[in-house]
Amino acid sequence: MRAADLLGFTLLVLRRQRFRSLMLLVSVSIGVAAVLLLVALGEGARGYVMREFEFIGKDIVVMFPGRKSTTGGLPPVTGVAAREITLPDLAVVARTVRGVDAIAPLVIGNAELSFGSRAREAVVIGSNADFFPMRHLDIARGQALPPLDLTVGSPVAVIGATLERELFGTRSAIGAWVRLRDYRFRVVGVLQGRGDSFGMDLSEAIFVPVASAQTLFDTQALFRVLFRVRAGADVEATKRELLARMTALHDGNEDVTVVSPDAMISTFDGILRALTLAIGGIAAISLVVAGILVMNLMLMSVRQRTAEIGLLKALGAPGAQVRTLFLAEAGLVAAAGVLLGTGAGYAGSVLLSLLYPEVPFQVPLWATLAAALFALASALLFAWLPANRAAALEPVLALGRR
Amino acid sequence: MIELRAIDRTFRVGDSEVHALRDVNLRIARGEYLSVMGPSGSGKSTLLNILGLLDRPDGGEYLLGGTATAALGEEARARLRREHIGFVFQSYHLVPRLNARENIELPMLLAGVAPRARKQAVDEVLERLGLTDRAHHQPSQLSGGQRQRVAIGRSIVMKPELLLADEPTGNLDTRSGTEVVALLEELNREGITLLIVTHDVALGRRAQRHLGMRDGAIGTDTLTENPGARG
Repeated sequence: MRAADLLGFTLLVLRRQRFRSLMLLVSVSIGVAAVLLLVALGEGARGYVMREFEFIGKDIVVMFPGRKSTTGGLPPVTGVAAREITLPDLAVVARTVRGVDAIAPLVIGNAELSFGSRAREAVVIGSNADFFPMRHLDIARGQALPPLDLTVGSPVAVIGATLERELFGTRSAIGAWVRLRDYRFRVVGVLQGRGDSFGMDLSEAIFVPVASAQTLFDTQALFRVLFRVRAGADVEATKRELLARMTALHDGNEDVTVVSPDAMISTFDGILRALTLAIGGIAAISLVVAGILVMNLMLMSVRQRTAEIGLLKALGAPGAQVRTLFLAEAGLVAAAGVLLGTGAGYAGSVLLSLLYPEVPFQVPLWATLAAALFALASALLFAWLPANRAAALEPVLALGRR
Repeated sequence: MIELRAIDRTFRVGDSEVHALRDVNLRIARGEYLSVMGPSGSGKSTLLNILGLLDRPDGGEYLLGGTATAALGEEARARLRREHIGFVFQSYHLVPRLNARENIELPMLLAGVAPRARKQAVDEVLERLGLTDRAHHQPSQLSGGQRQRVAIGRSIVMKPELLLADEPTGNLDTRSGTEVVALLEELNREGITLLIVTHDVALGRRAQRHLGMRDGAIGTDTLTENPGARG
């Protein structure tokens, strides 16, 4: 049989069984679209996180209290909590670790920020002047936090653009006194743009000197410390040196964790990639379901068309040809479903990008190819059984039934 | 042209075995016109199916045009059917979604004949069956007689030497039946070997050679010197 005739014959069959064909088409295309959309979501999340990390810069290492890996033993029964990282620790580190040329400690909390009669909850970030260049945050107007000794507080603050708009409307906040709990701060600068950072909108944050934040929240503990590694110094060596120094300061307890963006990037990249594959795989189950639907509808079709199959055999079609006819039917519907589903998947991904422009949703080519191949393979595999059944029908028996 | 040697065919129905054909021997020469008659269950349909290569004998040998068919694989049997045998069924067995032309074209489509050759052959068949103006009608838009004519057209489009008809007039009124029989006999006069299985005594008598089946065997095999059909 010629390929063109096979196509024509199959199209006629599909047109004749319009509802059945449509159902198959829709089920396959939903499956394909689901795979593509979920992979696009996963890739979008991965891209988003990766971009955040790259924003930090490769020469920055981050220290936070606690160990990232557990020893595997029982947790201590009595409260031997990890020691906190304090400003005196940092003073020693700054003096002794030669690979570091800038330190930005972080204290983070929430407090009500008010100006006049207007008030709102704001994220308070206690840090220092070095924080801004390290996080690539630009000042729109005014200036950044002044370079102070870390232990010295000062009633000055930098606020995000959103906070300024909400508290001051169209007026400039520069020079105004705002109130955080019982303390007053004078606004010296306004941050530029949104300044997104790990989903935290820094345009809704207020920055104050770290010592002032410690007083405000009544704590000695630092939430994070960012270190910038001196140009030319080895990042890994500096990490080890920081860790060794902190261990010595904490009476031999290794109770802080130091990570570099590179390590975090590769870890997160791995995790998010696995996650993308996992949700893509889960979505692929819908393609298996579509395959089972193909099988059932094909079995129905074989039953309904038993007499026709017998006739085709009587007219000289060998079993293999009958099988080809039925496989072509499944394959054609699956191929159309793949096209439709791919279109829908890409359209959905574009729509998501329009709704959430900050997340880089995209359907990778590998996912498109994999979904297409999987859909076709699933349809053909599941059609194999009914097609074989049709091929094996005895022409005499098939003709006898009507 | 056709030779059956000691053909046996047994069906298993539940626990019992039914001998549909036992030790059937038959020779048919090219161009013969035969009718097979007999009561239900006498094995005439089984004989037709064996002759049409739709069914395999359990024992014996079937020679079609000198080819021994018993040991042939499915592919080869399908090719023999395609090239040498045409079938006409009581209930036409037209494909409902295909129009008259496409139904007639179907064997050539399956055989992979080029479109140009197909068109020419189908046009000829439509012309001689007087169906040219019905070519684009679906089977549901055709009368019984027209449907059977389309089915006959389909059976001869590959120019087979053997035409097997199973109760070809069974579903037709007298007038359409007469037309269909006239068509089949005309084809026979042009050289095709025609075998009709029927209950209809009047139709059966028209053939030159009558096979009477009884209990899976050919009981009578008579030649009519001067067939009434030719009158």
